Amino acid sequence: MTLRKPPLRDVHAAEGATFTEFGGWDMPVEFDSIKVEHRAVRDEAGIFDVSHMGQIEVSGPDADALMQKLTTNDVSELGHGDSHYSMITDEEGTILDDTVVYRLPADHDAEFLFVPNAGHDEQMHQRWTDHRDEWDLDATVHNATDEYCMYAIQGPDAPNLVNSAAEGSVSDISKFEGRYVEFAGADCWTARTGYTGEDGFEVIVPTDSAEAVWDLFDCQPCGLGSRDTLRMEQGFLLSGQDFDADENPRNPYEAGVGWTVKLDTEFVGRDALEQASEEGVEEEFVGIKLVDRGVPRHGYDITDTDDHVIGEVTSGTMSPTLSEPIALGYVPTDSSDPGTVVRVVVRGQSKKAKIASTPFLSDDQ
Amino acid sequence: MSFEVPDDRKYLESHEWVDDADDTAKIGISDFAQDELGDVVFVELPSEGDDLAAGDEFGVVESIKAVSDLYSPVSGTVTAVNDALADQPELVNDDPFGEGWMVEVELAEDSGMDDLLTADEYREQIE
Repeated sequence: MTLRKPPLRDVHAAEGATFTEFGGWDMPVEFDSIKVEHRAVRDEAGIFDVSHMGQIEVSGPDADALMQKLTTNDVSELGHGDSHYSMITDEEGTILDDTVVYRLPADHDAEFLFVPNAGHDEQMHQRWTDHRDEWDLDATVHNATDEYCMYAIQGPDAPNLVNSAAEGSVSDISKFEGRYVEFAGADCWTARTGYTGEDGFEVIVPTDSAEAVWDLFDCQPCGLGSRDTLRMEQGFLLSGQDFDADENPRNPYEAGVGWTVKLDTEFVGRDALEQASEEGVEEEFVGIKLVDRGVPRHGYDITDTDDHVIGEVTSGTMSPTLSEPIALGYVPTDSSDPGTVVRVVVRGQSKKAKIASTPFLSDDQ
Repeated sequence: MSFEVPDDRKYLESHEWVDDADDTAKIGISDFAQDELGDVVFVELPSEGDDLAAGDEFGVVESIKAVSDLYSPVSGTVTAVNDALADQPELVNDDPFGEGWMVEVELAEDSGMDDLLTADEYREQIE
């Protein structure tokens, strides 16, 4: 399979980045060191090339209806320039993808932009067009993934950096708001969103301005390695790993994102999720901290204190901020309270661990 | 990028080094190996008194992104373990041929030292 490349792939390689396959894309995993990049984002700022994220534009008279019926959150609550986190579920309420949905400004051609995960853009474009046709809705669905780059500038210094780079102030953009802002003469969708738990912005850049805009930001370039450790410290889900429609099917309540489900709207999977909401779930997504030494990794068994397997680690790492081993995974609800003692089997050795609240970091970390 | 490859060591193809010594020798991983692994966050080592056989696994080194088995370049008995790595695993990144050493062994009579790569041969492998 030929890997898709972000437009600045060669620029990143010249900066010394190493690369990894992710969702069918050849993406920078590390520029300097994961710890250095992680620390830069927590203390100052870092810039991520996240051009592997999909870009789907939806327009036309029935754009609202189409978005409402294919995502779990309530798009009618979004004013122009607003965004929210949402799930895309199937009839059974299983999460197919998680996404941020933006309602674009009134003077823009498209009404909505949403951002599927790497490698899901074609699948979601197909899903949207198939349902549009099935429901006979008047909407245009455009897969713009290859027309844009996406950069995330994250960290306490990010607002100043983005302000300095922008032709105009971005300080008055609130969390989960966005607007079009010029960078290096290019009109870029600029939203105060991100995936690290820090303040910051995501900037969607027309491909022909990719390098000019990247060069405006004088901060630590960061790869997918530190993006992963940063999001794990926050307890954020990673599509394909913490949930996967085929290999680890989960509904939003199990995954701890039931707050994105608005049962007073009509969407694919609503009835199944109403039932799950009423009956409760048998397993929950939790944080875990190892008490013993070791590093938890994806796929390791979680057991009770009698060594009965009760779940599996979906994500794990040594937290660069805490210098403690942390993990995410699903356990039965009767084992999900913070403080519950469990064990994680690390390369055949049973290690003591405790269920922990997420985010793992407190506000002053 | 060029990596440090001291001439006073011998090397395994799997990137471990050993002091080219007569009776006791230190073992660690190479500069190239620590760079490939990235930030080392955990090292699991044998105990003093354990016997190691040349080519066998003797521990594990974990970075944020990968887990890697450690293979013993020589046969012998562990006489010392670098306890500093328990709290400062990053020493493997910072000083792989010095403070990042892992174990010291008393070499067996047939230690296998002669079967290892010379510094020149190892340089050729990682180029």
